[in-house]
Parts: sequence; C-alpha cells; structure tokens
Amino acid sequence: MSALAFRPTRWAVPGVFVALALTLAIGWLVVLIDGGQLFNQSTTVSLLHVAAGLGLVAVGQTLVILGGSLDLSVAYVVSLSTLLAAETMNGSDAALLPAIGLALTVSAAVGLFNGLLVTRLRINAFIATLGVGLLLKGYLDNGYDGPAGATSPTLVQTLGYQRIGPVPLSFLLLVAVAGVVWLALARTRFGHHLVAVGGDPEVARLSGVRNDRVLVTAHVLCSLCAGLAGIYLASRLGSGAPRVGSEGLYDLESIAAVVIGGTALAGGRGGVLGTVGGVLLLASIDAIFNQLEVDAFFKQVIRGVIIIAAVAVYARRALRKGAA
Amino acid sequence: MQTVQRSPLLPRLLRVRPGGLAPIIALLAVLLILVAVRQSDFFAPPSLMSFLGRSAPIILLAAGQYFVIVSGEFDLSVGALVTAQVVVAARLIDSEPARTWPVVVLLLGFGALVGLVNGVITTRLRVPSFITTLGMLLILLGAVYLWSDGAPKGGLSDEFRRFGRWAFEDVPVLGRVPYALIVLLAFAALAVLVARSDFGRTLIAVGDNPRTAELSGVRVWRHRSIAFVLSGVAAAVAAILIGGYSGVSFQAGAGLEFGAITAVVLGGVALGGGRGSVVGAMLGALTLELLFALMNFYGVSGALRSTVQGAIILLAVAVSAPRSSSR
Amino acid sequence: MSDPRPVPLLALRGIGKSFLGVRVLDGVDLDVAPGEVHAVVGENGAGKSTLMKIISGVYVPDGGTIDFAGEPRAFRGPRDAQRAGIGMIHQEFTLLPERTVAENVHLGHEPVRRGLVDRRQMLHRTRQVLASIGESALPADARVGRLGVAQQQVVEIAKALALDARLLIMDEPTAALADHEVELLYGLVRRLQQQGIGLLYVSHRLTEVFDLSDRITVLKDGRRMTTVHTADTTADDLVRHMVGRELSSYYPDRAGPEDLGPVRLTVRGGGNRKLRDVDLELRAGEVLGVGGLQGSGRSALARAVFGAAPFTTGEVTLDGVPVRLRSPRAAMRAGVAYVTEDRKGEGIVARQSVLDNALLASRAAVAARSGRVARTARIRELLAAVRVRSAGDDQEIRFLSGGNQQKVVLARWLMLNPRILLFDEPTRGIDVGAKSAIHDLVRRLARDGAAVLMISSELPELLGMSDRILVMRDGRIAGELPAGATEKDVVALAVGSVEAVA
Repeated sequence: MSALAFRPTRWAVPGVFVALALTLAIGWLVVLIDGGQLFNQSTTVSLLHVAAGLGLVAVGQTLVILGGSLDLSVAYVVSLSTLLAAETMNGSDAALLPAIGLALTVSAAVGLFNGLLVTRLRINAFIATLGVGLLLKGYLDNGYDGPAGATSPTLVQTLGYQRIGPVPLSFLLLVAVAGVVWLALARTRFGHHLVAVGGDPEVARLSGVRNDRVLVTAHVLCSLCAGLAGIYLASRLGSGAPRVGSEGLYDLESIAAVVIGGTALAGGRGGVLGTVGGVLLLASIDAIFNQLEVDAFFKQVIRGVIIIAAVAVYARRALRKGAA
Repeated sequence: MQTVQRSPLLPRLLRVRPGGLAPIIALLAVLLILVAVRQSDFFAPPSLMSFLGRSAPIILLAAGQYFVIVSGEFDLSVGALVTAQVVVAARLIDSEPARTWPVVVLLLGFGALVGLVNGVITTRLRVPSFITTLGMLLILLGAVYLWSDGAPKGGLSDEFRRFGRWAFEDVPVLGRVPYALIVLLAFAALAVLVARSDFGRTLIAVGDNPRTAELSGVRVWRHRSIAFVLSGVAAAVAAILIGGYSGVSFQAGAGLEFGAITAVVLGGVALGGGRGSVVGAMLGALTLELLFALMNFYGVSGALRSTVQGAIILLAVAVSAPRSSSR
Repeated sequence: MSDPRPVPLLALRGIGKSFLGVRVLDGVDLDVAPGEVHAVVGENGAGKSTLMKIISGVYVPDGGTIDFAGEPRAFRGPRDAQRAGIGMIHQEFTLLPERTVAENVHLGHEPVRRGLVDRRQMLHRTRQVLASIGESALPADARVGRLGVAQQQVVEIAKALALDARLLIMDEPTAALADHEVELLYGLVRRLQQQGIGLLYVSHRLTEVFDLSDRITVLKDGRRMTTVHTADTTADDLVRHMVGRELSSYYPDRAGPEDLGPVRLTVRGGGNRKLRDVDLELRAGEVLGVGGLQGSGRSALARAVFGAAPFTTGEVTLDGVPVRLRSPRAAMRAGVAYVTEDRKGEGIVARQSVLDNALLASRAAVAARSGRVARTARIRELLAAVRVRSAGDDQEIRFLSGGNQQKVVLARWLMLNPRILLFDEPTRGIDVGAKSAIHDLVRRLARDGAAVLMISSELPELLGMSDRILVMRDGRIAGELPAGATEKDVVALAVGSVEAVA
C-alpha cells in the first residue's frame, strides 16, 4: 500500500500522450493507405532530430513558464550559441570544450540578465525577454550575413549524426536533459519552490521561499537549455547560423510545445514530461505530413489549430474543476 | 501591511503622470532636435511628408494594438495578418484593376473576421490571448503559404497600390501629400473617436478592473472581442498601405506585431491593461520610426535597428512605474 | 481563585495600536496557557484581527509587551513568529491547490538528503503530524485541490504544526466550513489541546465558543471588556459585554407611514449555492437593514437580487411583475443598483478619473442618444449634489478618500435613476464626516421614493438607519426586527443564541 502511495508523479498521463498516440496511429494508417511507411528508419530519425532541437529549448521554457514567467529571447540565444560554438571551434577539434563552455556561459549570462530584469526591475516578462531578444537580434543582424565558423568534425560526427539504431545521440541528449530537469522539479528544493512561485507568489513568500532567486535560476537554466540547443544545431549544420533560431520560430514553438504539454501559461501547474510529449506531437505531425508529401505549409495551419484547441481543452477542464 | 514604495530619483522626475503623454512627447521632442541638428532638411515638407506616409502602417497597427492591450490582452497575430492580406490581395486582384475595390472591402472584412475569431476564442473559451493569437499567427502564415504554393502569385493593380505609393501633387505649402498620410489621418481620427467614445472609455475600465466593469453592466467579453476586431481591421488597412508601398512578399508583415507592441508600450500604455491613450500609442509608433530614421542619418547600420528597439523598450518600461509582472 | 496554570504560554500586557491616528487597540492584556483554548469574541471592528496580526508578527504594536514561552519577544515579521512557534491559520488558506499535502506542509523547509528533496521523509513527517492530530485518514500524497474545505484546513493546521508551533491562532476557522465539517474541527481542536498546544480561537459564533473554549476574552472598540471562564458565563452575558455603546452619532429621521409606498421587490423562496429559502419584501420609501455575521449570506442576497450571482430557485417580482434578473445588466435595466462592499476590488476603476468612474454604468448600459454634453452636465450636477471633493473631474479616483470614492460610486448609480438601491457596507472604511453625509444621502433617496436595502456590520448604523431589520444566519433569514430594536436583539439573532419567533 505504501508502495502505491509513493508515486513520484501524481499526474495522470498528460492528455498530450493520448493525442500523440492517436496522431501516430492515424498517421501510420493514412501513410500506409497512401502506400508509404511512417516508421521507417529515415522518417523516425528525422522525427527525432526535429524533436531534439525544439525539445531542448522547450524543456528550458517549461521551467520559466512553471515559475509564472516566460522567455521570448530563446530563439536568438539559440542562434547566438551556434555562432559562438562554431566560430570558436573554427573547424578543429582542439577548441571543442572551450567553445562549448563559451557558448553555454554566454547563454547563461543572457538568462541571468533576463531574470534580473524580471525580478529586480519588475519588468513584465513578455516585454523584458522580447527586449533582450531584440538586442540580440540586432547584434546578429549587424554582425552576420550568413553562416559563419565551422563546427568541429568530431562534434558533427557525434552529436550531429551519430545514432544508436534509429535513435540519434542528440535525442538521447534531450532525454538526459529532460530527465535532469524532471529530477530538479520533483526532487530539489529549487523545483518545489519554483512551482510554488508560479502557483501563488504570495503563498510562496509567506512560506519562506525566496521568490526572486528561484525565478532568476529558472531563467538561467532556460537560457542554458537554449544554448545547448544551439550547440546541437551547430553540430547538425556544420557552422554557426545567425538566423536558425528565429526562422525556426523556436521562441513561439517552444512556448506552444509547453502549453500543449499541459503546463499552464500562468505558471504553477504542469511539468517537463508533458512538454516532451508536446514536442513529439509537433514533430510527429511534421513527419506525417512530410511522408504524405502534403504541402509543408499545411502542417503549420494544423499546428496553430492544435495549440489553440489544446489550451482550450485545458482551460475547459480547469473551469470544470473550479466549478465542481 | 503597508509597504513603502521607494522610487529612484530618475523615474520620479520622468514620471509626470503615469499613462500620460508627457514622457512620449518629451522623447519625441528630443529625437526631433537630434534630427534637426544632423539633417535639418528632414523638416522640409517633401521629406517630412514622405516620412509620415511611410510611418502610416505601423502607426495604424499601434492604434489597433492599443485597444487590445488596454483591455488587458495581446494580439500577436497582426504581423501574420498583414502578410496574409497582402498575399491574398495579390492573388485575388491578379493585376485586374476592376477587382480593386471589392478586394479592399474583402480585406477589411477578413481582418475583422480574424479579430473576431481571436476575441471569441480568448473570451469565451478562456484561452490566454497570447496563445490564441500565437496559434492564429501560425494558421495565417501556414494557410497563406499553402494557398500560394510557397511563392506569391498574381499581382496588385496600380489602383490598389496607389494607396501606398501615390500622393497628391502640388499641394500648396506641403507639396506632395501621400495618400497614405490621408488614410492615416482619417483612421487616426477614427481611432481617437472610438477611444473617446463610451466604448473606448469602458474598455479601459475592463482592462483595469474587469470585476467592477462587469458589476457596472459592461459585457466584458464583448468589449474585448470588439477590441480584437479593431486590431484586425487596423491590420487590414496597414496591409493595403504596405502592399502598395513595398509590393507583395511573404516578409510584408514580418515582426510588425512586436513593433506595434513596442510602440504601444513606449507610448505609455500599461501591459496588462487599464492605462494609456491611443494618441500615446500612435506617438509611440511615430517615435520608433523617427528613431530608425535618426539612426539612418547618423549612419548606424540598419541591422542594428532591433538592438535599438530592444534597448528602448527595456529603458522605457524600466523607467516607467515598476509594476509587478503579471500576464 | 488560583489559576491552575501558573506559567502562561503567551502573555500580552498593555498592547496598543493605532492606524493613521485612529486607536484600534488600547491597553489589551491577554494570557494563553499551554493546552488552553482561549476564545476572542467581539463585534466586527472590535480589534480582533489586529490583535491576532500583532501576535503573529504581521504588525508591530505601538505599545505593550509580548511574552512567549516566558521570554519577551519583538517579532519583526511573520517568519519571526513562525520560528518562535506561533502558527496562524488564516481565513483564506495559504495552500497551493496543485501540490500535494506533503509538499504544502513542507513548502519552504523541504527535508533534503544528498542534495535531493527526501520525499519519503516528507511523506513520513506529514503522516506523523497528521496522525498526531488524529487525521491519519488524510492521504499525505493527495493533491490539495482535490480535498474538501475542512480537509484543507487540516492541511493548513498541519503546515503550522510541522514548524513545531506551540500556539495556534485560528481566525474564524469555521467560516468556510459546512455544518458536518464543523464537527471534525471540534475533534481536531480537542486533540491539539491534549498535546499541550495553546489555541487562540477567534469566532463570531457563540455556539462554537461555548463548545470549545476554556476562557473567553471580549473585545469592544479596541479594549478588553472582560475575560471569563467559559463555565462561569452565559451567552446573554457575553452579548451584553459585546454591545452597549452610546449612540454617539446622529442619524436622519426614519420613514413615517406617509413615506412608505407600494411594494417594489418581493423574493419568495429564493435560493442558490449560498442562500436558502429567502423571503423578503421591500417597499418604496423604506430603508430595509440587513444584519448578520460575515459569511451569513448578506452579500450573497444583494448579489442574487442584482443578478451577479442569481437566485437559482424561487421567484422575484418587481412592482408586482415576475422577473428573472440573470445578469447585472438585466437588473440595471430593471432599475436595480448595487453599491458593493469591496470598493477597491469591485467598486472603482482605480486608475480612471472621477468622471470616467461616475459614467461607467451609464456608458455601459444606456445608449447616449440624449447627447453626451447633457450627460456630462448631469453627472457634474450629481457629483456636486453628493458633494464629492476632488481636485477635479479628471483626477484619478484612487487618490480620493474612501468617502469620496463611495460618493462617486453612488453618483454612478444615480445616473440611472434606480428604483431599488442595494448598499453593501456603504460606510466601511469611511471617516466620520463622510459617513453621516452618506447616511443622509441614503435616507434622502428613500424619501424620494427609492426602495433601499442596506447591509451593515456596524450595529449602530444598522439600528440608526433602518426602518426594519432582517438578520441573516447561515444563508437564511433568521428573523426580522422592527425599528427600535436593540443591538442585543440583532446580535442574539445573528449568533443564534436565541431562535427567531416565527
């Protein structure tokens, strides 16, 4: 009985996994009728690659959203990180570790800045991180016209393309990061306090939580995740790409993945598991449409609809719970 | 429990009255002086008129965004809406002059419809407007790419494009007055009228205190939905001007939503609603455009535009009354 | 008589506190022994909450000393008091509904082992605390949002006990509880008592006070009237100590028979989630007072009539015609106006001007066909007529005094020429001068033919203003009193120490 009572996650399987299973089942069927095969090696691999990039950013985004904040600057942090990594490596393996260190340090600094703007200056998170994003965008637009630097060959071969069966190394990296974040949320004081700050800042304060410190930490971790995504993308592309983050809509899509995964935009409810589900859902839709050779843009429409519908469903559930 | 609000000296000096127009006018004046020092012929009627004409779309978008923000919501879909409108217009008109007016009417209706959908989903289904309009952004961009198979088709008629690029020639004193400026003045006047109407005033009350508004007989959801409709219509008008001025492209509206939000915040409108004026929002847009013009005159790379925009927005918000972050 | 408990857990001596020059507490002494349940009673505004906030470290007293566990203390904040061993159970719970019981109980001081939160330890400790108060049935890993209100209260108490609280302050702990849940609380209080924990029990409900407490302290107007052993006193005695003030202020004349008009509003068998079997009749020209304790359904009644939280059962007629007022808009159209109790949260739009606030309802509900100039002129007249004092119509309303804000709200409704006016605590937080101005206005409106329903917690006001008084208790109308009733009559009905004579 006590074994039953001790459940690490009290969350029933987030609805997003049901949606994911349904999507994959229907997708598989439709692709089959179309004469194709959804789960062949190459589709699976590309699905998981897409998921790895977006997933890293979205896992970080989960942290800030849980804390009642959000981060619109991640797309530019991603781009910046690809450039810092690739330019420092400059095509050789010698500078691999310093390059990664530099990219992550700068990313963390951006997160620190975001966090301080939100907590110390009490600037609305939307505006603060939008502003920081624009600052970075200007720097990138001004300094770069196109790809720059070259990623170290080792990194390209490992993180970029190495796989274990159909599973790319990068996806394992996502799983590892998501696991660490899950552990942080479930099993550290920081995680407990973060959810409390997002749920009700006043209650958290009265219970002795240092709200500002918790939120700043979340912002730093979020930017670190974005920086990591940048390093991965640099390993995929072989060079730094000044617009990879913004053109990939990593800012908005990561927020979308988080809310599809059942995390409340207002904070205090949700988790990283749902986010991974949300990311996989978005990536699966991509894969299915690619396989069907349906116009690539159609999937964007579908994404928009799914985002709104998912949140509407969650809102409805919350409403019913409130009324009961 | 009273907490003593200590505000640093600088903000106290700048904060004449929260939400008032004084700060934005002061900022505008400073920029005008800087422009005058560097490039005095900017104030010659021809260049001034064309500057105002060019600024018309973003000013209109700021006006539309004002209504949404002051009611306590966001509209992230306007940039995508502008792109969609421009591409749709080109395809429908397909360079046939006769189709101009019907398409203009259609665009206005389309803008209003998108706004209505945003508003109703936000208010009735209780989806945060950030998410609603983000979804709408993706839907609009996807749909318009889908519909045109990845490259804009058709073309705009000259009749359509004249709104954005033609001008009344030989006007006394002013010289050349762009149509866009006339359109801007007409819609700006309209926006001021709406803002000062019963609807506009109660909309601010909705943003500040929806409970009080509801208990005073305001249908809060209806007001907010109408605000979204106004934003959609503003985007339609902006799209007509932008299409005329710079032609058809998938980049036509890129980033405009953040530009409009920046302008509105710069103009003293509080994010989260309840404070600010539509004139401030429009002046905010004008200030932003002037800032970019100034950067030009001082030879700053155009690529740094966003850095300046980011710095300005952070400064503006940090200096104005600090409020607890709430979304 | 010698006190069996020589060393008190908490000893207050001469506690005083003023806000903005108004004396809220004056030389209050209070002792709580370990294992004692000490009840504090008094009318609304007697100073009970302020006293509790001083003990729990929220306020610093102006004068007097606090000894806790034999040592003098000066708490600088709630955390200080918590660490010393004083826990406070607030009326509004400080719990996170999305988190589990154990997580809530340990928020801010989670046990850590090897850098990680020790969930097992957390659950274990929570079960221990719950078991120690006989609540082992409550699952420590359940989400708090799924628990009932009574269970949430248990969690709140466990949260205080997990910090080793030796004194617990319970402020109106039964306010949110249903009848059967109150029983559970009783049991809990007794078990806490057995553990030697001291309890300060603030309540309006005399039944509970008599059921639970060892001693009772009565506060009135910020002073301690008496402290008695519960066994040695009666409800009558207590009520006598709680009331009995000089009628110091002036009230306008009541309505004479010639002022009373036809019946404007009737409710028959009205009910909803907070109300049951409400019958009432309201005439043109009268001021019908509504008394009762907080949470007794007074505001719910006003909200039901106004359509903000409509009746779900029963019938309502206006001027003899059956109506269904399902929204504020519908009620406003039918001529009903509602001046809310929570002025800041529901009455004003803080950052808008006096003029905008005054025009809010007319703008929302009435088409301005008559011309905006005429309307603005009329609102200026009204603002002048109710004597709003501001730096100008365009001043933001938040800079006005409470009394002036209330007058602006009143002007807002008078623009609509309402025939029924519902006032919910119209003079709360308003200075004396503005108070009597509002009393005069209310009476003048009635004399001009409006039907007025006025909710008030302030007994002198209720008695001084009303032509008739309804007293509510637990969502029902407990009884009706004529003009000239005494404070004691009202309190007796409100706390249920006598049953109404039907």
